[in-house]
Amino acid sequence: MINLTQLKNDEKARVICVEGGHCFIRRLETMGITPGVEIIKTSSHFLCGPLIVSVKSTKVAIGHGMARRVMVEPL
Amino acid sequence: MKKILLVGNPNVGKSVIFSRLTGIGVIASNYAGTTVEFTKGYLTIGGDKFEVIDVPGTYSLEPASKAEEVAVELLKEGDIILNILDSTSLERNLNLTIQLIKKNIPMLVVLNFWDETKHRGISIDYAKLEEIIGVPVIPVSGVTGEGIKEIVTKIEDAKISSFSYNINDNWKVIGGITDSVQKLSHRHHTFWDRFNEATIHPITGVPLALIALLITFKIVRFIGEGLANNILDPLFKSYYYPLIINLTGHIHIEFLRQLLIGRSSVLMESFGILTTAIYVPLVVVFPYILAFYIVLSFLEDLGYLPRVAVVFDNLFHRVGLHGYSAIPVMLGLGCKVPAILSTRILESKREKIITTVLILMSAPCMPQTAMIVSLGLHYGIRVVSLIFLVLFIIAVITSLLLNMILKGDAPELFAEIPPYRMPRMYTLLNKLWIRIRSFFSEAVPMIILGVFIINLLDILRITDALTVWLGKPLLYLLNLPGTMVSIMLLGFLRKDVSIVMLSPLGLNAKQFIVASIFMVLYLPCVASFFTLIKEMGIKTALKITSLVFVVSLMVTFILNVLL
Repeated sequence: MINLTQLKNDEKARVICVEGGHCFIRRLETMGITPGVEIIKTSSHFLCGPLIVSVKSTKVAIGHGMARRVMVEPL
Repeated sequence: MKKILLVGNPNVGKSVIFSRLTGIGVIASNYAGTTVEFTKGYLTIGGDKFEVIDVPGTYSLEPASKAEEVAVELLKEGDIILNILDSTSLERNLNLTIQLIKKNIPMLVVLNFWDETKHRGISIDYAKLEEIIGVPVIPVSGVTGEGIKEIVTKIEDAKISSFSYNINDNWKVIGGITDSVQKLSHRHHTFWDRFNEATIHPITGVPLALIALLITFKIVRFIGEGLANNILDPLFKSYYYPLIINLTGHIHIEFLRQLLIGRSSVLMESFGILTTAIYVPLVVVFPYILAFYIVLSFLEDLGYLPRVAVVFDNLFHRVGLHGYSAIPVMLGLGCKVPAILSTRILESKREKIITTVLILMSAPCMPQTAMIVSLGLHYGIRVVSLIFLVLFIIAVITSLLLNMILKGDAPELFAEIPPYRMPRMYTLLNKLWIRIRSFFSEAVPMIILGVFIINLLDILRITDALTVWLGKPLLYLLNLPGTMVSIMLLGFLRKDVSIVMLSPLGLNAKQFIVASIFMVLYLPCVASFFTLIKEMGIKTALKITSLVFVVSLMVTFILNVLL
């Protein structure tokens, strides 16, 4: 299990869990980032910049700090 | 009267459908969260009148932001829900739909952006979806107006869904529904896909953003300066101004005449309510506002702005902001008024304050930039570069300090990146009209009031006393000639002209650098100052301007010693 920032670009993964408080988990869930869903990391910006993931045919930009708390399993 | 609520995720085109249904203009953009306050309108079907409410976009019924709280509160009083979905992102959108089902309110489902599904290789069996969730489903293209009539005729068919499921399995349930109604076929990469890749890519994104910025400025300068210098300024000076001077010539009460046309007979040195107070917002600011909003509206509808936010997120994160602040700051390079107005897209007050400081300090506005460059080039390119470099460095240092001082965390970027969509004339014009109208109804009165107050102070000779009291020692510190005092006053009205006024003073290179930096920073112009008060409240506005003033004094003093 790795976190989203460690996933390589264009790699597919399954979300295992989201580490954080209730609010944080819910915020991610509203965009469909929740345990069990498939996620593709499409690009990431250097120096701890944001990364773009594709979830349920929607592209979402997510800050580095937030992405570190999303644990995934590469597929 | 029955209430119809338009509910859906952010950026699914609710506002466009709302204005199609009610004929009322609402600002719609291609990014999330344009509607924070709700808008009401009316719709008459047959003989029945309905109240239609455009509810702020929400991803879920468990509120996580201000806009979502408003949405949940509004749901309590709705009679009919018009749930609007983005059909190109069906699965994520259904999450809200199945939550709405639990509310037991008669509902209709609208699949918006229907025209886009074809070339995206998405095919949705809407009849089957209707069967599963048990409420009418209507495919619609809001921007072209296709399907809007269907909504109107089917409003009465809205019903409470009998679909039941376990709330904890929501994503599983949604997955099941999506699999049975939606088919995705593979398709080739389109031009928009490649464009999307390039504009958000870490390497190509930044240069492309800079090019976009450059083109924006070219267009803004073309429209703004063209309108100001060739149309509005001549009109004002050859028709309106002589007329007013003529008319007021018959007024023999000195005080009244001074109130109307100011103390001096020179337009830009007086503060008359009929002269300068009209000239500043209409001739100086309006052309740039118009030009900026034309370009901004286009970029918004295209969906480019969230990508700018991503590309610059890294940079802004260092000063405690996230990428969304890049948008107001970039606007501020042109004119501070629309920039300050656009800080509304930011969530916390902390972000707004730091962003405003960056807007005011990082660079002069476009007309002032033009003047600094054209005058500064007499001293050489190094002088000009030094001025802009110093300004940029001060802005960064100040915002870094603010980031440390102000309580709170730097927010993380978390936003949907909408697909690119070609802007439509209908929505563009609609939006432009609303923005211009709100500039006239909200910002212009503030500017006029501001000029009026300054005029009163001027007539009562308070400004004279103030400039002597504050100005003299201040200029002594900066080693600039005493005539700078009157230029400072003028700079409050027109920052670009204040730079021009430096030219007869015969300053040396060092004095020019110090004077330019001081004139850029010391105070915002009257238009931006009163816009700032309107947006942030008088207390915060004064705090920000005093901070900027103190910094400008310190920096120019240090520069004066060092150079």
